[in-house]
Amino acid sequence: MKLSRVLGLAAVTAFAAGTASAQISDNVVKIGVLNDQSGLYADLSGQGSVVAARMAAEDFGAEQKGIKVEVVFADHQNKPDVGSSVTRQWIDRDGVDVIVDTPNSAVALAVNEVVRGSRAAFLNSGAASSDLTGPKCSPNTVHWTYDNWALANGTARAIVQAGGKNWYFLTADYAFGHDLEKQVSIVVENSGGKVLGAVRHPLNTADFSSFLLQAQSSGAQIIGLANAGGDTINSIKQAAEFGIVRGGQKLAGLLIFLTDIHALSLDVAQGLQFTEAFYWDLNDSTRAWSERFAQRHGGKKPTMVHAGVYGAVLHYLKAVEALKSDDGAKVVAKMKEIPTEDPVFGKGQVRADGRHVHPMYLFEAKAPSESKGPWDYYKLIRTIPAEEAFRPLDQGNCPLVKKG
Amino acid sequence: MTTAAYQIDAPAKTTTLTHQYVAFGIMTAFFVVAPIFIYPVFLMQALCFALFACAFNLLIGYVGLLSFGHAMFLGTAGYISAHAAKVWGFPPELAILTGTAASALLGVLAGALAIRRQGIYFAMITLALAQMIYFFALQAPFTGGEDGIQAVPRGIMFGFLDLSNQMTLYWVVLAIFLFGFLLIYRIVHSPFGQVLKAIRENEQRATSLGYKTDHYKLIAFVLSAALSGLAGATKAIVFQLASLTDVHWTMSGEVVLMTLLGGLGTIFGPVAGAFIIIAMQNYLAQFGQWVTIIQGLIFVVCVLAFRRGVIGELGRYLKKPL
Repeated sequence: MKLSRVLGLAAVTAFAAGTASAQISDNVVKIGVLNDQSGLYADLSGQGSVVAARMAAEDFGAEQKGIKVEVVFADHQNKPDVGSSVTRQWIDRDGVDVIVDTPNSAVALAVNEVVRGSRAAFLNSGAASSDLTGPKCSPNTVHWTYDNWALANGTARAIVQAGGKNWYFLTADYAFGHDLEKQVSIVVENSGGKVLGAVRHPLNTADFSSFLLQAQSSGAQIIGLANAGGDTINSIKQAAEFGIVRGGQKLAGLLIFLTDIHALSLDVAQGLQFTEAFYWDLNDSTRAWSERFAQRHGGKKPTMVHAGVYGAVLHYLKAVEALKSDDGAKVVAKMKEIPTEDPVFGKGQVRADGRHVHPMYLFEAKAPSESKGPWDYYKLIRTIPAEEAFRPLDQGNCPLVKKG
Repeated sequence: MTTAAYQIDAPAKTTTLTHQYVAFGIMTAFFVVAPIFIYPVFLMQALCFALFACAFNLLIGYVGLLSFGHAMFLGTAGYISAHAAKVWGFPPELAILTGTAASALLGVLAGALAIRRQGIYFAMITLALAQMIYFFALQAPFTGGEDGIQAVPRGIMFGFLDLSNQMTLYWVVLAIFLFGFLLIYRIVHSPFGQVLKAIRENEQRATSLGYKTDHYKLIAFVLSAALSGLAGATKAIVFQLASLTDVHWTMSGEVVLMTLLGGLGTIFGPVAGAFIIIAMQNYLAQFGQWVTIIQGLIFVVCVLAFRRGVIGELGRYLKKPL
């Protein structure tokens, strides 16, 4: 990390900050990829996001257009205080103009507050919190890829419509889990389904057997996993051991990424349904882009977080070019003005609350026999059109919307 | 903890302490000049942790009690002061005081239970209590669960010090650190501190001399808790957030590491230890998980090769306790 820059640079940056509004500060658009480089989100974001940001700069043709783009990165170790202090140093000393990615809602919300009111912008791809474009929305922030509302809504509504009427929840016993359970329950009931009950498990549980047996004996068609990270992985693995999916019940995951399925293997994950914003095998253009990405990232296909970093950075650079400035709030305002278009998400727009809207997709993990090879994991169940996929603008309680 | 680490301190009681004043002068001068060269937010973070480690050292270095739950004081004070500043609208000085008071109160409760046992049992009781506080912080409605309390206002201290100015904030944090540091120095070198050291060396003998050792231990525990709280509350105002990291048990482990690395039972050791660990976490951040492994290696090397810690070994080399 280039945090230990010499004093001279700090002084230059400080002067540049004062005059940044009219032009690109120190003639470089500096992109800081802040994410988990080593922990549980390292696969789904990590170095892949750095690759995606570099690809965006190249595809934008920054050099040909005379805009210098530099990409730096740091590990926030999933600690909000590390994330916020890196962000402060980047903005104050290292002249970073835009912070991207940042999975882990706690860190993302901390970074959101540091960037608010500064001369930088924050393009979030990795975090789930719907608050980023809700009560805590900021004129410097764009939330690109997905959020809790979209995941809960997409998965629950589509499954109920497909006939999965009776639900039972396996919920992580803390604020995030409770929230997710509540949001999904509302959607299930509004779409004509029924919630039979829920069982709460402590955070970071190793043994899900008693919880899974309760879920199994509830007789529900769908077992909703209102948990995240290691808990989701463990519950899916152990559900496979109990033969829950083979017994006719289906698991609905709420926060699942391509790399999770890769780690679980299809033997374990088959039949799991979940919502994502992107899959490499959607169409010709995503396939071509993902192929290029995989070549540069050790053969691994991109997750939706990687795709989001690419899309967001590309659109950001377009706005910088149009504005000839890299002042955070102004660029974000411009990003909301011009419609988005990229090879990954297609056409879309950034709303007044900072939410990028695009279609979401309900997927089901394939059975091993259906898969043609590595990374061929998903089959598309339903495309959720952009209008339906995200929380309506007027329901988010975002102060920016009321003003506008 | 081995007794070897304490020997360094024993001859200190009567010899002149001039060199400690010199060392203090050097340290203070460093902190006054440092923000010119080093990023102030990093310095403030290191100062908060230095105070935390000093407070922890008061307990382990001078009373011989290894608490493995000190994160509960750091974290509780952080949450309370963040809540006070954000929701109740307290000015920063009152928010910090409220957080500190909350930690002191928690210290009374936790201490009253924990000091009844010694050694590993004491450590386990403090760990158990700290885990309870962790789950409280995870579940309680006002702590924001895994998101923590965000966007805490820095506010205006005493009505005229605008803390949103980074350098003003730095001086305030430095003042708080020096206050805590000098208080600990005063405690250690007071008659009360002598009794604590007597308890550390031989509790039965202290009892037979007529000291109610439980009272002394409890007071030391509460002082340590309150000063840890002061560090946590200040940290919450500096970073404008209070999060689960600060109540997690790994934080309790980190402070043990800082103190050991710097020098157990030395006045300046924990400050050096905190700076080394925080600098590693910041400047080696791109190595990710390797930071933990490097920390582990340093810990092993420290325990095997120089178990008096950086400052402890330096003090032995200079033949003067630091």
